[in-house]
Amino acid sequence: MMISNGIEDEEKWLAEGIAGIQHNAFYLHRAVDSNNLREALKYSAQLLSELRTSKLSPHKYYELYMRAFDELRRLEMFFKDEDRHGCSIVDLYELVQHAGNVLPRLYLLCTVGSVYIKSKEAPAKDVLKDLVEMCRAVQNPIRGLFLRSYLAQVSRDKLPDIGSEYEGEGDTVMDAVEFVLQNFTEMNKLWVRMQHQGPVREKEKLEKERSELRDLVGKNLHVLSQIEGVDLEIYRDAVLPRVLEQVFPDEYHLQTLETLLGACPQLQPTVDLKTVLSQLMERLSNYAASSPELLPEFLQVEAFSKLSNAIGKVIEAQVDMPIVGAITLYVSLLSFTLRVHPDRLDYVDQVLGACVKILSGKAKLEDSKATKQVVALLSAPLDKYDDIVTALTLSNYPRVMDHLDAGTNKIMAMVIIRSIMKNKTFVSTSDKVEVLFELIKGLIKDLEGISTDDLDEEDFNEEQNSVACLMHILYNDDPEEMLKIICTVWKHIMAGGPKRLPFTVPPLVFSALKLVRRLQGQDGDVAGEEVPATPRKIFQLLNQIIESLSVVPAPELALRLYLQCAEGANDCDLEPVAYDFFTQAFVLYEEEIADSKAQVTAIHLIIGTLQRMNVFGVENRDTLTHKATGYSAKLLKKPDQCRAVYACSHLFWVDDQDGIKDGERVLLCLKRSLRIANAAQQMANVTRGSSGPVTLFVEILNKYLYYFEKGNPQITASVIQGLIDLIKTEMQSDSATGGPASDAFFTSTLRYIQFQKQKGGAMGEKYEPIKL
Amino acid sequence: MNYIIGAFKPACNISVTFSDGKSRKQVALKKENGQTVMVPLFQSQETISGKISVEPVSGKKVEHNGIKVELLGQIEMYFDRGNFYDFTSLVRELDVPGEIYERKTFPFEFSTVEMPYETYNGVNVRLRYVLKVTISRGYAGSIVQYQDFVVRNYSPPPSINNSIKMEVGIEDCLHIEFEYNKSKYHLKDVIIGKIYFLLVRIKIKNMDLEIRRRESTGSGSNTHVETETLAKFELMDGAPVRGESIPIRLFLSPYELTPTYRNINNKFSVKYYLNLVLVDEEDRRYFKQQEITMYRLGETSEATL
Repeated sequence: MMISNGIEDEEKWLAEGIAGIQHNAFYLHRAVDSNNLREALKYSAQLLSELRTSKLSPHKYYELYMRAFDELRRLEMFFKDEDRHGCSIVDLYELVQHAGNVLPRLYLLCTVGSVYIKSKEAPAKDVLKDLVEMCRAVQNPIRGLFLRSYLAQVSRDKLPDIGSEYEGEGDTVMDAVEFVLQNFTEMNKLWVRMQHQGPVREKEKLEKERSELRDLVGKNLHVLSQIEGVDLEIYRDAVLPRVLEQVFPDEYHLQTLETLLGACPQLQPTVDLKTVLSQLMERLSNYAASSPELLPEFLQVEAFSKLSNAIGKVIEAQVDMPIVGAITLYVSLLSFTLRVHPDRLDYVDQVLGACVKILSGKAKLEDSKATKQVVALLSAPLDKYDDIVTALTLSNYPRVMDHLDAGTNKIMAMVIIRSIMKNKTFVSTSDKVEVLFELIKGLIKDLEGISTDDLDEEDFNEEQNSVACLMHILYNDDPEEMLKIICTVWKHIMAGGPKRLPFTVPPLVFSALKLVRRLQGQDGDVAGEEVPATPRKIFQLLNQIIESLSVVPAPELALRLYLQCAEGANDCDLEPVAYDFFTQAFVLYEEEIADSKAQVTAIHLIIGTLQRMNVFGVENRDTLTHKATGYSAKLLKKPDQCRAVYACSHLFWVDDQDGIKDGERVLLCLKRSLRIANAAQQMANVTRGSSGPVTLFVEILNKYLYYFEKGNPQITASVIQGLIDLIKTEMQSDSATGGPASDAFFTSTLRYIQFQKQKGGAMGEKYEPIKL
Repeated sequence: MNYIIGAFKPACNISVTFSDGKSRKQVALKKENGQTVMVPLFQSQETISGKISVEPVSGKKVEHNGIKVELLGQIEMYFDRGNFYDFTSLVRELDVPGEIYERKTFPFEFSTVEMPYETYNGVNVRLRYVLKVTISRGYAGSIVQYQDFVVRNYSPPPSINNSIKMEVGIEDCLHIEFEYNKSKYHLKDVIIGKIYFLLVRIKIKNMDLEIRRRESTGSGSNTHVETETLAKFELMDGAPVRGESIPIRLFLSPYELTPTYRNINNKFSVKYYLNLVLVDEEDRRYFKQQEITMYRLGETSEATL
């Protein structure tokens, strides 16, 4: 609604403006016809005042401008005829400047100025200089652009060019060039300024309008190119530097690329060509990005190859250019290529190849600035391409990387990983993985010349974590390819050494287990025997992988991974495999895990995992549970023993439909843990003179209650009653030591019993006999 | 009937002609009734001479107690209306008491008259020069005829004429530097200058240069000050950015300016100011006023700008 109103309003304003022009034009014609200069000036100024509007878009303003333009032509004819108005051109040039409003004043001034030049009463260059300077007074972009375009229009046939009738003294061509360039520069500034004006929400509209005005700015170029006297020398010494420091319209650059670039190698080494060319490329790529239709233009002028050649020549010509300069140029070229020809990987490779050429024959880079530029060079394609690895297959990419020192190499590797992570694109074939790991080898293994000892540990951890993250991005739906990927990764990380393996092995293991789980889901579908990616095979690989941790050594980690694998094998119904993993885990427990705390953790992990196993036959299961219970009872600290043993009770009671339910052995475990708890209590009595908290008893009571509710026939109400009484006695005998935690624990346990009793039903009845 | 009409008609026609009336420059002078008349132009130290002819209405005689012509320089304050102050008063007796029957012509001459002040028509004050012809008659009342003329005085170009250059601004908001090429301008001069924008954080819509005239009359607690804007000249359209410099070229000839008058006969002063005004998009005005001295350059040298 708003927008349609806006358009309607604009139409209205345009109509009003046109009406204003027509109205004043009528009186203007009358004044001109009667040779009345004063009136003519008055009405022309009023007429031109219509151009002071701010309400029109450039498009509509143009319509208005064209109407005013026509009238100005007529006025110019009148001005030319001194006999009719009786005022000398010099006086007229002053007279029009009496107008109070700046915009009408300047339009009139340009009009008279044009006549002034024609009259040859003053050198063209002086008049032009005056005009172009005075036009500064209009700073509004749209009005300024149109005014200056009017100036360009009326002056184009009056430049003091060589061979022109207005040719002046001295360096007349330069005067002409200077004028056009200056007008042009100012127009560009105005045009650029439009970009930053107006509310943000109208940005798009504004941009559209700006592009409409571009042609206006561009007109100057035709004029410039038509100045006869501009030869290469002038172009090179005067035009080009100005062009390059100035924001020049892009289409112009594009079309004159050849000339422009041709001039570059001839420039003095002192000229900062690097910046100049970089900016040029930057601008061209912006230009290309502004509209997709422009692409054919770029192809037509072969922008890339021209730029590429030019840079080559410049580097050749300026032997003293530091390497950082050359690389910077290539970075610019590369970003140009990426923006303009994102589909042309060969271009990118070409640029990289050129860099390799520069770098080769030189030792590894020492210059930190140059290094930075190389990193920028290498990062550029990463930012651009979604499918990063495709970009990485560029043959010259690793060759450039080879020129980096080890530290930078690592930084670069991090950059690669980060950009992969950012894009979240899966790296999906083992070939690509191969390439990728080759590139990031700085992170994967020790490189020559750098010892891992003096590395910052935090940095190292971060790097390795990144590698670990990266592994989850390596993915293919096809299990076979996925297995290949895993093997490839394994091959690479194996070389990582004891410091890296703890970081890299777990993600790989999980990645492999994920694959196993996927296969297991597909079991039914897989027909035939020649399936390379079977769970069994993968488990073999897993075994190797985890075994590698022994060199670290990292027994705790390995134990966890073995248990994970065992669970995986359990899900795949592979009893021997699972048994084998458990064996490995137990062996580790026995041989490698000596720390008592680690033992506690490990045994609980083992018990937990074992409890969930359903693949084992009676015999295997007995062996394993026996072992586990045995280890539990052999822990160093009594409380640890106690807890491990009552946890073992779960091994005999799996609360599944067809789970094992051996009530007797459960009770045995619990009784054993009670005994240990008792012993712990007495020990405390002896060593510290107080029996310590009753926490262990309460914990065991809770286990009792659990089995009681699950219907273990061995656990009866009277047994529980006995335990409760025992705890109560203990608490009374030594109330001072009953910590608040164990008190609260006990109280809430009792409250639970009370609650069950009151709830009634079967469970209530069951609890009934227990007296609190 | 005739008698009555005759009583209100002037008994005679008095006309004043200047001896170089044909060749002398005439300038426009606005009279009290709003009409503009062309009157001769003089400058100080000139001799004012001519003829005064008295012509009785046909067939009547004019009896008189003497005829005289006075050259008066008067300052008239409008708030003190009717109260003229004559700063110059010269008298020439033209005729002894007697009777005039027919047209009679008397030559007169005021030689090298000192007329230090210029004719001026202001808001609250008027300075005028007039020739006053009086035919004194006893009870019948005197017959008086006035002839205005204009005085303008010319100064040589000042030997010292510095430019006006100043940096002004509002902290962190707007900083500009402006320059006017001179501090003393003649009436047909051109003000050349530029405004340089050092810092622009406000959205400027346009910029004008105003010429303001400040006329102060009276003295002490009785001072009246009147300020008029004589010219409003747009210098810039749109919002400049930092680093822009905007040219000034203001021709003074289209405006009705006078020289600066400082304390004319302790009665009044007229001063001129250039007021640079920036207007932002919310129509807030930022301005800086600078006094300039106006002077009248001799006609011949005025041609060269």
